This record gives sequence, structure tokens and C-alpha cells, in this order.
Amino acid sequence: MTAHDPSLARPNAPVTTYRYDAFDAAFVRERVAEFREQVRRRLEGKLTEDEFRPFRLMNGLYLQLHAYMLRVAIPYGTLTALQMRRLADIADKYDRGYGHFTTRQNLQYNWPKLVDTPDILEALAEVEMHAIQTSGNCIRNVTADHFSGVAPDEIEDPRPTAEFLRQWSSAHPEFSFLPRKFKIAVTGAAQDRAAIMVHDIGLAIVKNDAGEIGYKVVVGGGLGRSPFIGKVIRDFAPRADLLAYLEAIMRVYNRFGRRDNKYKARIKILVHEKGIDEVRAAVEAEFAAMDRSVFAYDPAEFDRIAAFFAPPPYETLPADSQKLRAARVEHPAFGNFVEVNVAPHKIPGYAVVTVSLKPIGGIPGDATSAQMRALAEASERFGFGELRVSHEQNIILPHVKQDDLFDLWKLLDAAGLATANAGLVSDIISCPGLDYCSLATARSIPIAQAISKRFSDLSRQRRIGKLGIKISGCINACGHHHVGAIGILGLEKKGQESYQITLGGDPTFSASIGEILGPGVTAEQAPDVIEHLVDFYLAERHEGETFIETWRRIGHARFKDVLRREGEDGADI
Amino acid sequence: MPALKHPQILLASNLTDGEVVFLGPSGWERDHVKARVAHDKDEAAALEAFGKAEIAANRVVDVYLADVAVGADGVPAPLHYREKMRVKGPSVRLDLGKQAAGGA
Repeated sequence: MTAHDPSLARPNAPVTTYRYDAFDAAFVRERVAEFREQVRRRLEGKLTEDEFRPFRLMNGLYLQLHAYMLRVAIPYGTLTALQMRRLADIADKYDRGYGHFTTRQNLQYNWPKLVDTPDILEALAEVEMHAIQTSGNCIRNVTADHFSGVAPDEIEDPRPTAEFLRQWSSAHPEFSFLPRKFKIAVTGAAQDRAAIMVHDIGLAIVKNDAGEIGYKVVVGGGLGRSPFIGKVIRDFAPRADLLAYLEAIMRVYNRFGRRDNKYKARIKILVHEKGIDEVRAAVEAEFAAMDRSVFAYDPAEFDRIAAFFAPPPYETLPADSQKLRAARVEHPAFGNFVEVNVAPHKIPGYAVVTVSLKPIGGIPGDATSAQMRALAEASERFGFGELRVSHEQNIILPHVKQDDLFDLWKLLDAAGLATANAGLVSDIISCPGLDYCSLATARSIPIAQAISKRFSDLSRQRRIGKLGIKISGCINACGHHHVGAIGILGLEKKGQESYQITLGGDPTFSASIGEILGPGVTAEQAPDVIEHLVDFYLAERHEGETFIETWRRIGHARFKDVLRREGEDGADI
Repeated sequence: MPALKHPQILLASNLTDGEVVFLGPSGWERDHVKARVAHDKDEAAALEAFGKAEIAANRVVDVYLADVAVGADGVPAPLHYREKMRVKGPSVRLDLGKQAAGGA
């Protein structure tokens, strides 16, 4: 038996996702057994909380405001119907019948008992899932474009690269105790849907003049209390150099990253303080000096991984479906869903469907176990049993025949999953905030719900067009508020929840950090303020302009002015 | 006996299930209504000392004092919105947490 023996892969998996081999399965099983023993010792009093905390965090288990929270890794957001069903079963058996999909493409359970967590991890391991490296100062779950492999603008599917990096970074002995957590994102398309510019390392798959595939490497992006847009450290790193080059970056960060202050310990601070040129020189020097033989690129191994992400057996279909065309005319609600939630697919006759986890007035990212099972069924009936979690906290069905869209919509509608608002003003990213999170300084979900209700008219939302609102319940910025076209940050001000609003954030290749609008507003004021901003945008926009484009054209001051007039010289905003 | 600015109660998380618990007259309670109230610094110190011993005994984690107002009925009500949330449960899911069981 070798470490990567294809004959040992599970037989019932769809062909489009990575499959554990015996090495992977044994590794995860050993970790579960190890954690079971650690929990037993903790419950017997043989480990103190201080001794136990690093062990539980290494297995994704936090202690939150009301209960424990378990964060489950969904590598690059890809999961199978079998896995989604298992997530639903765990939610029913060990939690409260729901789960929360996060901006890191993970899933969080909010109510597990400590005593049950080894059983939960075992249930996850049975379907090739785990919670390893979803916490701690290590390389976290590698994220990727949720349209990977199906986007028409794609240079190359980023998932094989992401899986390559997952295997490299999992339990990496040198990088298990970094100065702080470390996040890597990969995109392979012309449009960045993975927010690579605001990650510790962002990778964009590119093709050079010679037609070779490689990577543009960006470092030092990140949000939190000191938001930074990443800087290009290499315009082109050949695939053969990727692991060694990333190893060199990590070594430089591990050696020179600050450990005296946790808020200054991220690589973004190193890049900011030293400058990208000095960091680049250090990385290149490390890269030149290091023994690269241990990271020697094995094309066969990359190809082996890539083979798991082979396209499913698509049918040969006409580019446009007559059946779809007719159903859109006959059922306007379905037509709206197609207009908003369905994206083009690189294969004729297919479509990519975004299933919104943002029902009007709902909790962004939450899905009940029944909805998870409905999604699993939808993927099996209409999408080769594959699903994706997007960093926008939605679920993607990446391979749906246009002919099947109407039947899919009916299934989703029956499950409360057919809200036609993908990318619109009510498709709000929100962290759990003070409703769940012990770090939060204010609630974020109720603000999202109030704004969603304010803009409940979906036809009005379509008139407004694409507009990203992102809400964080504290400065750690899990809700990505810095890169929201409209960002909302919950803070405490004189013992009350207060919400600071930013405008002009952008998470794509043209990334920008939002600018603060003015003094914070109350929770009650927030929907009014957002509505005023949207109305001002509608009055000022040119034909076809998005909110961010209008904001960039006319400037921050004009948006600020309109609210200053509304709020008595800015006193109330 | 040094006075406190506000009376205080002791909160913690139960070790096995993580649920919020409050130190009552004879041990940890799941309902804050039964929380023992410290009215001066000595009483607060005693609560804290008991909490530290309970941490050492591996019964609870994350112990801390929180300011409260004591109503005419003697029931302590947290002053800060964070602890107001903890005695009930998520404000966005009234079917979850202590409020679901009528405990808040």
C-alpha cells in the first residue's frame, strides 16, 4: 500500500471531488482517536482548561457565548451530497437541527456538547470530513472560487491547486504554531470570486506569454482591525515552484512575523512595516538558499489530484434550452430566479445555480437540517451530487442542466431555498455577532435581518442591482465589512451597540477598503441610513453603473453629505 | 466593607455542555434568577475565589463577575447587553437557549 493508492478510494463518490485514500483516512481517524482521549482526560479532570484549550482548538472546538461551537472544514467549499446529508444528520443528532455556513466556506454548529464532540468528529471522518486546522495559529482551510471548474472565464480549475496546498499545509510541522492564523485563497478565473486580495496569501492562476500555467502570488492582505489589500510578491511563480515558494514565504513570516502583540502578528503587518520589497527580498533569498528538493514538483502527483476534479459526464446539449425559455415566460417567479441566481456555465446547455441562504428576514448562512437534505437531494437529482459553499454564505449547484432548472427551482422553493436575491441588497454577508460569538461587541444578524426586510421587495432589489452589504459584529471582521460596497461594523459605544458604516469596499481584483461614513448609528437607525444611501445611489447612478462604480465616480464626500443633511450635521450618523 | 458600584453575580460556562451557569446559594444554577448577589467587594471576592476553585475542580470554565441591578423582587438583572444575551440565548432565535425553556 502506498500513501496515495487510487484503488483504495471510496467507490460511491461523485467523480468531481477529491477522495480520501488510505493515508488520508488513517490520518483523520488517528486525530479523532487522539481527541477522544483528550476529551476523556479533560472530563476526568486530568487536564486543566488551559492544558485542554489548544487541543480542542486544534480540532475546531471553541467555547462561545451560550455553548461550545464546532467549526467543520469544507476544503475550498466543495462537498458531496453524502457529506451534506451527514452534516444534516449531525445537526439533528448532536445539535439543534441547523448549521451555519461561514465566510471561510466552513460550517459551524452552535450547540454541541463537549462530551459528544469525539462522536461528531467520527461521524465526519466516516464521510471524509474533519475539523482540523479550522482554528489555531496554523494554515487554515484553503478557500477557492465557488464557481471552480465551471466558470466560463476560468483559466484553470483552482481546486487541484487548493487540494495540493491542503495536503502540504495539513499538520505541517513547521507551520503549526505560527505567529497567528494564516489564510490562503485561490482563484483560476478572470473575475476574482475568492477575495484573494484580502488573504494572507492570495493565488491567481495565470498564463504567461509562453502559454505556461503559473501563479500570481499576493501577500499581506487581510481585514480585522488593520485592513490591508495584499501586494504582489511574484507576478509569475511556475507551478513547479509553488510549494517551495510558499514554504519560503511561510518561513519568512514564521521567523520575522511579530509575536509580541497578537493584533500585529499577521503577515499583513510584516508586509506593512517592512515593505513588500524587503519581504520579497527575504523570501527570494530563502527560496534561493533552501533545499528545494523536498518540495520538488511531481507532475504525476498534481495530475493525480487534478484527476479527481475531472468534469462530470456532461451531455451534449444545445446552448439554449427551449424548455427553460418556456418556463421562464410561464412562471415569472421562476424567471426572476433564473435572472438573478443562475450564472453561465462553460458547457453548453448547463448552468451554475446559486442557492441563497438569505431568505428575506432570515439569518445569513443558516440552513436547517431539512434544507441541507433538500440541497443534497437537489445536487443528486440535478447536479452530479456536488455542492459548493461560497464565501458569501450561499450554496452553489455547479452543474445543472438548463432543462432541469424549473424542476430544481420547484424543489428549492418547497424547501424555502428559492429566494431570488443572489448578489442583491438582501444577499448580506453577516458574521454570527453577539448572538453567538464571545468575541463580538455588538449583534450583526438583527441588522442584516432588518435591512433584508426593509428591501423585501425583490423587484425593487433587482432595480437596485448588484450591491454587497457585509456586516461584522466586531473589529475582527469575520463579516468582511471592510470590503462591502456598504460595510457595517458593530461596536460598543458607551455601553450600547453602535454601528459604523463604511462605503466603497471591494473584495475583487480591484480591491479596496471601505471608507468610514461618519459617527456610528444605532441599530434602529441602520436600515434608514442604508436606505438613504441606496436612494442617493439610484438618483446619481449612470446607466448600468453598480453602487461601487457610482461611489468611485462621484466620491465619498457626496455620500457623506447626503447623510449629514439627514442627520443634523452628522450628529446622528 | 468596600462598596461596589453595582451589585455583581458570578457567571461561568458549564464544562460538559458549555451552557451558561450562575453561582447560586448552593452551587451552579442554570437560571440567573437564582444567582447569589455580591453587594460589596468582599462578597464579590468570595464569589470569585469560589469560581477559581470550581475551575480547578474542572466543573466550569470562563468564570467572571458581571454587574447587575437587583429588582424589587430580589432578582438580579445584568446591566450590560452581553450578559443580558447570555441569560436568555440568541436574540434572533427565541426557540434556543434558556429563553426556549422559559428560564429567562
